[in-house]
Amino acid sequence: MKRLLIKGGRVIDPASGIDGIFNVYAVGGKIAAVKPHVQTPDSGPQSDDWDIIDAAGLIVCPGFIDMHTHLREPGYEYKETIQTGTMAAAAGGFTSVACMANTNPVNDNASVTRYILKKAAEEAVVKVFPVGAISKELKGEMLAEIGELKEAGCVAISDDGRPVISSALMRLALEYAKPFGLLVISHSEDIGLAADGVMNEGLISTKLGLKGIPNAKEDIMVARDIALAELTGARLHIAHISTKGAVELVRNAKQRGVNVTAEVTPHHFTLTDEAVVGYNTNTKMNPPLRTKDDIDAIKIGLQDGTIDAVVTDHAPQSIDEKDVEFDNAANGIVGLETALPLLLRLVSEGVISLSALIEKLSANPAKLLRLGGKGKLRVGADADITVIDLNKEWVVDAKNLKSKSRNTPFDGWKMKGRVVKTIVRGKVVYEW
Amino acid sequence: MRLKRKDILTIEDLDRDEIGLILSTAESFKEVSDREIKKVPTLRGRTIINLFYEASTRTRTSFEIAAKRMSADAINISASSSSVVKGETLKDTAKNLEAMNPDCIVLRHPSSGTPQILSRLLRCSVINAGDGAHEHPSQALLDLLTVKQRFGKINGLKVAIVGDIAHSRVARSNIYGFIKLGARVSVAGPPTMMPSGIDKMGCGVCYNVEDAILDADVIMMLRIQLERQNGCLFPTAREYSRLFGLDSKKLEKAKKDVVILHPGPINRGIEISSDVADGEYSLILNQVKNGVAVRMALFYLLLGGSRE
Amino acid sequence: MVKKKSIIDEKGIERALTRIAHEIIEKNRGAEDIILLGIPTRGVHIAKRLRDILKSIENINLPVGSLDATLYRDDIGMKHDQPILKETDIPVPIDNKKIIIVDDVLFTGRTIRAAMNVIMDFGRPSSIHLAVLIDRGHRELPIRPDYVGKNVPTSTQETIKVHLKETDGIDEVVVGTDNEA
Ligand SMILES: [Zn+2]
Repeated sequence: MKRLLIKGGRVIDPASGIDGIFNVYAVGGKIAAVKPHVQTPDSGPQSDDWDIIDAAGLIVCPGFIDMHTHLREPGYEYKETIQTGTMAAAAGGFTSVACMANTNPVNDNASVTRYILKKAAEEAVVKVFPVGAISKELKGEMLAEIGELKEAGCVAISDDGRPVISSALMRLALEYAKPFGLLVISHSEDIGLAADGVMNEGLISTKLGLKGIPNAKEDIMVARDIALAELTGARLHIAHISTKGAVELVRNAKQRGVNVTAEVTPHHFTLTDEAVVGYNTNTKMNPPLRTKDDIDAIKIGLQDGTIDAVVTDHAPQSIDEKDVEFDNAANGIVGLETALPLLLRLVSEGVISLSALIEKLSANPAKLLRLGGKGKLRVGADADITVIDLNKEWVVDAKNLKSKSRNTPFDGWKMKGRVVKTIVRGKVVYEW
Repeated sequence: MRLKRKDILTIEDLDRDEIGLILSTAESFKEVSDREIKKVPTLRGRTIINLFYEASTRTRTSFEIAAKRMSADAINISASSSSVVKGETLKDTAKNLEAMNPDCIVLRHPSSGTPQILSRLLRCSVINAGDGAHEHPSQALLDLLTVKQRFGKINGLKVAIVGDIAHSRVARSNIYGFIKLGARVSVAGPPTMMPSGIDKMGCGVCYNVEDAILDADVIMMLRIQLERQNGCLFPTAREYSRLFGLDSKKLEKAKKDVVILHPGPINRGIEISSDVADGEYSLILNQVKNGVAVRMALFYLLLGGSRE
Repeated sequence: MVKKKSIIDEKGIERALTRIAHEIIEKNRGAEDIILLGIPTRGVHIAKRLRDILKSIENINLPVGSLDATLYRDDIGMKHDQPILKETDIPVPIDNKKIIIVDDVLFTGRTIRAAMNVIMDFGRPSSIHLAVLIDRGHRELPIRPDYVGKNVPTSTQETIKVHLKETDGIDEVVVGTDNEA
């Protein structure tokens, strides 16, 4: 029986309202006890019975859960695999990741889900929860086999990467998913409004001569999806919210009692469209980097609970897909390994408390995806634990990422705060 | 004196003095094209590659003649004849060209920013010959030279740029160039052709061509891309020409010494009527002539100095 | 340390140019068919003064042009800064004319070599002569002046500058040991 003691850290567990110096005991991969730390030499268990981690001066919190990751396997193993993607997750403090369905073949039937889970059981470093497709082959024409996807282990459905253009199909998906208790995650964009846009529309796109994507492209679809959630009463989750308008739409909907939640990525409140100046293709993503106005609105949304979760939208792309003309470059950036320090800036700026941040990284995603036993440090829960050194300074070096891909706009950035240990079911899977 | 830069990528990057140096150098080169023997040995032994990913006989020829009048070896590679169509990436093409050790690559590309990306990959000089809807610096420089020759100055002039501003690299480069040299610039055209935030680039915006040209010293008509008409930026060519095209009737209200520029090639009868294009106010052929001089000046200033 | 010494004054320059003018007439048996081409900037002014002197002697108005040889130099690409281009203005056809290249100081001869190439690209003169106010020696090419105002032997470390009223407000020739030039 494996026994782990994490001693003397500042334990923050928003799910149980704990914030103080505690010892965390894990036995057999489960949390066995969380007890106040007492500074007497013989009060704890003997070291030969237990693996002991001295966490004095460190933060001990529930392992992070990324609701929005692209692991790329099957089909795009040259960008990322379940193994390398989960290694990157572990390095970023994530003990669980929900992987999106836009693989090849698309995860639109139980056999693909089972393949992912089998590969994960063999190679993954952290827990993998597949997200099934809404429509067959993500074509937006016919529903995927949502019931069987759920049976096989999918925790949500999404056509992420593209929107469900047909309102009729989106309505069907919301209705059909309801009895299965599956969250419907919407990648919200009205494609037709700016099909060939490659960055935020505004002064910067005009100066750079790049085709713009107006905020309305996202706002229109968020408004539609909220209306459909209202119509169906199903659980709708807005993926990677990027605009001021979308934040307001979600806030108003929540106030009306609509069953809608939302997530945001670190890059969407860290960078603005000005980062695109110079045509670094690692600033190209969908939705695009927006403006300071949008960032301000997102921060308020994080503060007042409009935005429930923080996700990475980790989207590995190979060099050959990024080292090309801006127009031709693939969308997305890797995010798992840089998320935490970017998020901690929100805490130092006073936007949200450390505890609220941890909640959006653990307890809330667990609740949304209904992952029992995850996202908390209660007795009996899985011993998924992240240990953080808030003061550790380090520099991002794209070459040294655990991810198979290097597409980060944060290469060379000085960061403060880092994950020093990631523990999955009582086992240390990453150490700084 | 030299341009302390490896590349000419944008007018936005250039400061007033650099633009001034290029224009005065170009002025000296104009005379070379009038000689019996239109060739000077200055860049003997230098190799210039014109890499064109878009068809543009006019710009390519101008760069080619400029290179040849400087005695450089000029090689043209167009997308249709190169391995571009066979799926070779920009990076591979660039690295392959560099292996042949050229001194300068002149790049025309449909994707904005590609000259910047290329210049970071290459040791040799890169001249942007037009990238997407971004910039076309040599065009703006020849426009500045043409206007300066006519008025003796740029400072204080009023310039109206009319047409599809949103998709025009010529407009962007000229907005930067004329504003840097002290002119007042306004842009005009239907709102569907006005890019977001254009008012924050320091120019006035108006949707009525008559108003725009009323007190203008310089009217620059942009080419309407009829082939883009699937995008439906205006209802019909007929309506565009009537409301936004320049004809002698609209010109009656303009200043008496107004000059008209057009980057070419012209859609006669659409954005500009034939009598105006060929008329006394038109400097269109001066532009073409100055194009060669400006490009000779760019080659001289980029390649004339030592290469460390 | 900057040390400067004026070696020729206004009167000296005037006397030298007058003597050159007489030599031109003598050597060409008059001033017919002569075109004076100055090397910018001071060579052009000296050419204009020679024209004025020749006019007062022979009562003939010779054409004066300017000849910028920058584009023909063999050291472009060797220096870090390339020279600013100046005007080349050859006002009349030069075929079968007698060209006199005029410059202020003759040094290595490379500028004159380049200037002759420019002339060749404009036409075929019957002869090319060279007139300089100062010959300071140190030739690197087989070029010799036909008309010299004054020979001034110098070391290569020395600088020699011709100042003219038109450009510098004073007529004088200065030898210095600074690196300013
Ligand atoms: Zn998405």
